[in-house]
Amino acid sequence: MNPLAKLGRVTLAFLARIGAVAVFTVRATSHCFRPPFYWRHIARQMLDIGYFSLPVVGMTALFTGMVLALQSYTGFARFSAESAVATVVVLSMTRELGPVIAGLMVAGRIGASMAAEIGTMRVTEQIDALHTLSTNPMKYLVAPRLIAGTTMLPLLVVVADIIGVFGGYIVGVYKLDFNAATYLKQTFDFLEFMDVFSGLVKASAFGFLISLMGCYHGYNSDGGAQGVGRATTNAVVSASILILVFNYAITELFFAGR
Amino acid sequence: MAVPKISIRGLKKRFGSKVVLDGLDLDIGAAESVVVIGGSGTGKSVLLKCILGLLDPEEGSIKIDGQEVVGLSTREREAVNTKFGMLFQSAALFDSLKVWENVAFGLVSAQKKSKAEARTIAIEKLAQVGLPPQTGELFPSELSGGMKKRVGLARAIATQPEIIFFDEPTTGLDPIMSDVINDLIVDCVKRAGATALSITHDMASCRKIANRVAMLYQGKIIWDGPVAEIDRSDNAFVDQFIHGRAEGPIRMQIPV
Ligand SMILES: Nc1ncnc2c1ncn2[C@@H]1O[C@H](COP(=O)(O)OP(=O)(O)O)[C@@H](O)[C@H]1O
Ligand SMILES: [Mg+2]
Repeated sequence: MNPLAKLGRVTLAFLARIGAVAVFTVRATSHCFRPPFYWRHIARQMLDIGYFSLPVVGMTALFTGMVLALQSYTGFARFSAESAVATVVVLSMTRELGPVIAGLMVAGRIGASMAAEIGTMRVTEQIDALHTLSTNPMKYLVAPRLIAGTTMLPLLVVVADIIGVFGGYIVGVYKLDFNAATYLKQTFDFLEFMDVFSGLVKASAFGFLISLMGCYHGYNSDGGAQGVGRATTNAVVSASILILVFNYAITELFFAGR
Repeated sequence: MAVPKISIRGLKKRFGSKVVLDGLDLDIGAAESVVVIGGSGTGKSVLLKCILGLLDPEEGSIKIDGQEVVGLSTREREAVNTKFGMLFQSAALFDSLKVWENVAFGLVSAQKKSKAEARTIAIEKLAQVGLPPQTGELFPSELSGGMKKRVGLARAIATQPEIIFFDEPTTGLDPIMSDVINDLIVDCVKRAGATALSITHDMASCRKIANRVAMLYQGKIIWDGPVAEIDRSDNAFVDQFIHGRAEGPIRMQIPV
């Protein structure tokens, strides 16, 4: 076959997909702001995302903070700048690793389960059934997940930041023999509001992306159990990629602003 | 004749290059019970989904009570859909909700009834399809196939819709349970004075439920008439189908 024709076809399919995602995003978002609101569903999703992700996010944040302290100490010791360890840990956690680690963990946990749940509802005609019962699935299924994702991820990241800094503190004080009070002082001395704030903006965006990808792929799945499996994989992979892309974009935005 | 409840003209629907409905015409009068028969994969479910607005046809017109419903906005569609009840082929019960919540769903969402009131009605409807109130506390995954169909039926009739669709209500059930479901359908439709459109390839079920039978073949209704005339239709396709013969004008298209 003509390779140019093939290339053209792939490009068109790609553009069509982007268009479909955009339309889905606009429709889904608009339903987040228009009544009726399904409060019980929103609360359930919030609990699922915010509360039940705590162990996973907490564990990963703890070890990330610990390894950060260890690695940065190794580096800084080479030019006698050990006192920067605490600052590096807190800045890396709040600006970068807190949101990214929490985002990736939640993408695996929540994005996958959203895609599987909504995808199963699609292939077993439950979404069609919602339509016939005069209920808009966008409002009933998608909007609550978007709202919960966008609002709960920042809260999770606050917890991740604190646990991560605590992990760095443990390694700093008990392994690297920093003075506890000095370490804490160094932690907060150079921390600015913008460091934490930019991290929370990222978290909110990531939460939105995770829910969006989970819902989009689930909502558009077809072809039975295999289709649901594919939707789940696609939801996690696309959310993870988007998180890293948006992570850079948002960093750039805040970087330009200062 | 009065305005038909449902009037379909020139309905066309295809998926990619595969033409499923090819200029289908069908009228269904008020309080009539029409059964559409046809082989597997001929597009019977697609027909129902087009009428319900779950699929958008490429061409043609569908009128409900004289109102054109092709191309309605989501909101207008929601309003029209309050007239319908649908029993899905796979029952399509919400598996995160209890049985009674499934049955009560339309009462709360479409008719804005309170939870307690909806629950009372749901238990009533469950009794009507022969299920005890305790069943209401179960989840759909705990039910057998026949019970799922009954719950689906209860959900479809709970809001007392003017039009009820049954998609293969007896497929996959044993003959006795099939007959029980048939009786329930006849009973529910009569009691509510509703218009019914059913799909089946079970001829026993068809003879029991139908006033009128329409046969779908290659995207068109090739024959329709009163159920009593189905045995003397003088139509080779219909004859072959109702007697279930492999030999005849209908060639099963074995997909490659
Ligand atoms: N969403 C869809 N996407 C693509 N093809 C479909 C879809 N729904 C149905 N079809 C095709 O349309 C044809 C008719 O399907 P259906 O109406 O379910 O048959 P049946 O008469 O057994 O109910 C089938 O060949 C099926 O492959
Ligand atoms: Mg079917």
